[in-house]
Amino acid sequence: MILVLIDHDRGEIDPLSLRALTAAQKLDQDVQAVVIGGDGAILAGIAGEYGAKVLHVASHSEIGDYTPMASGRALKDLVAKLNPAAVLAAGSPRGNEQLAHLAAFLDIPMAAECSEITLGRPHNVLRARWAGNLIESALVHSQLLVATILSFSTEPQSLGGPVASVVQFEPALEPADSVVKILSRDAGESKGGVSLNDAKVIVSGGRGVGGPDGFGNLEELATLLGGTVGCSRVVTSSGWRPHAEQVGQTGTKVAPDLYIAAGISGAMQHIAGMKNSKTIVVINTDPEAPILRYADYAIIGDLHQVIPALTSAIRVAKG
Amino acid sequence: MDVLVCLKRVPLAGGTLILTPDARDIETKHLGFGISPHEENAVEAGVQLVEQMGGTLTLLTLGPSEAEEQLRSQLAIGATRAVLIETDGQEWDPQGTAAALVDAIKAEETKFDLIIFGAESADSAGYQIHIRMAHALALPIVTNVKSMKVENGRVTCDRVVANGRERYQAPLPAIVTVRDGLNIPRYPSVPGRMQARKKIVDMKKAEVRVPKLEKVTLALAPSKDKSAQILGKGADAVPALVDVLRQIGALR
Ligand SMILES: Cc1cc2nc3c(=O)[nH]c(=O)nc-3n(C[C@H](O)[C@H](O)[C@H](O)COP(=O)(O)OP(=O)(O)OC[C@H]3O[C@@H](n4cnc5c(N)ncnc54)[C@H](O)[C@@H]3O)c2cc1C
Ligand SMILES: Nc1ncnc2c1ncn2[C@@H]1O[C@H](COP(=O)(O)O)[C@@H](O)[C@H]1O
Repeated sequence: MILVLIDHDRGEIDPLSLRALTAAQKLDQDVQAVVIGGDGAILAGIAGEYGAKVLHVASHSEIGDYTPMASGRALKDLVAKLNPAAVLAAGSPRGNEQLAHLAAFLDIPMAAECSEITLGRPHNVLRARWAGNLIESALVHSQLLVATILSFSTEPQSLGGPVASVVQFEPALEPADSVVKILSRDAGESKGGVSLNDAKVIVSGGRGVGGPDGFGNLEELATLLGGTVGCSRVVTSSGWRPHAEQVGQTGTKVAPDLYIAAGISGAMQHIAGMKNSKTIVVINTDPEAPILRYADYAIIGDLHQVIPALTSAIRVAKG
Repeated sequence: MDVLVCLKRVPLAGGTLILTPDARDIETKHLGFGISPHEENAVEAGVQLVEQMGGTLTLLTLGPSEAEEQLRSQLAIGATRAVLIETDGQEWDPQGTAAALVDAIKAEETKFDLIIFGAESADSAGYQIHIRMAHALALPIVTNVKSMKVENGRVTCDRVVANGRERYQAPLPAIVTVRDGLNIPRYPSVPGRMQARKKIVDMKKAEVRVPKLEKVTLALAPSKDKSAQILGKGADAVPALVDVLRQIGALR
């Protein structure tokens, strides 16, 4: 049996969890799901649809909202009861965190961000390294496999299964398990306008923009195209733009319809954050810039000339 | 306030990666080394805390003796001293690394109020060493922190999620893992570099542990190379780009 952690935010399911359910199905038809501190009645439908026969629901007075160490404890209790071959979760910050707590409680290995799993003794996994640029083949020496599933390595597949039967349980929490939990939330520093996550068009600038002032032209172009501004890490670490605009491995991962990269060389950590954009346009003085290998169209030239010319030409074209 | 930061020496690869002939590592002959951006933010946070509240900032790493280079460059921005647990150059698995780091922390005279990590390492990205250490040291842990404040014996932390910010709090002593964007790491000053040469780096050895997550080989991820259609040079190519934008429906 494979146990899959379904993550949720105040009852709203994280769609990446469905990918983990699909990945589990490939290992064993006997899949059960677990949700920590959610409403089982609401989630049992979707868990069943994606192949879970049973949905275990952990409830405890100390688990009102996300409480990662308590999740680890609840998973540990359930593993002791059910003895699954593997525990899987989404390769998301929360999925990785909760399973790391489980692995730490049991003092067994955890393989994060796996794209392929073969159960055995030892287990064999393929897992992502270097922002997905390298694939590691690794052996996992433990009876129970604890692993998270690399986002987008598996397409979620609805099996049209019946509603999962709900089994409630109360984990035996220790006081330390619920010391760290969410106290409050707010909307953060979103600027109003279009956010990087939702933008259909992103005009992104790198070191080649030369300084904070140069971004005025990029903003104008972005606004004209109904989009927003992004940037590389050199730009944020120089303090030219806020970190919320950084695209890449340690910034935001984006996939807009149009990504214009101006003055960005295309380091793999930047590529990791934008390669799934539908159309990629590059403006760069260097005809050898690595980013050209990932682009659909390019203009070789100085962005300080090309972008203002482009903005005027679009104004004319739009009439 | 006594702060500890854990960091890892990694190759500074930006372009195409090349593997060693045995496919177990990245070929680093032509690469420099550094630490992850997350860990640069961790050190900067530690320096700021000690500047504001007094105390010490210790750096800790497990790696080859060459990792002294990374420790010295972080000592140059204001850390007090450093500890290097020396390996033979082989990468250790997360459990082995966490156990050796825990032993080193327990052997310290200083009882640290706050231990700061990167959210994940740049190369292996296991997402776990800090959580294992929180369990072993019986400390509360807040991960993926984007801003933090220490006050009245507690650390208050914000984590950025898709729809806003979540706030967490933990009593000290505690562990926090931080993300790029927490602050803007400073560059070392010339006097900072001079002082760093004289600061203490304690070299230690640790018992090798059998890996439970055993790396066998590495492979390059297949890349979907597109090779761009070059529309032309400079502003002269703008009309061609406008045509493309019209075709893909971006001019509505
Ligand atoms: C673990 C790790 C995580 C990282 N995460 C990220 C991340 O999330 N996002 C990120 O972006 N980086 C990240 N980086 C940094 C990354 O490796 C690169 O250092 C960074 O992306 C380079 O930024 P850049 O392309 O703006 O600068 P450069 O590499 O310096 O490139 C500048 C480009 O501008 C061009 N140019 C110069 N002048 C002009 C001009 N006038 N007109 C047109 N073109 C011009 C040049 O030809 C060059 O191609 C990370 C690094 C590590 C180690
Ligand atoms: N060899 C190491 N020595 C010291 N700290 C480390 C080491 N490896 C990882 N870390 C720390 O643990 C964090 C998480 O690493 P990981 O679990 O590999 O993703 C890193 O950002 C570092 O702060």
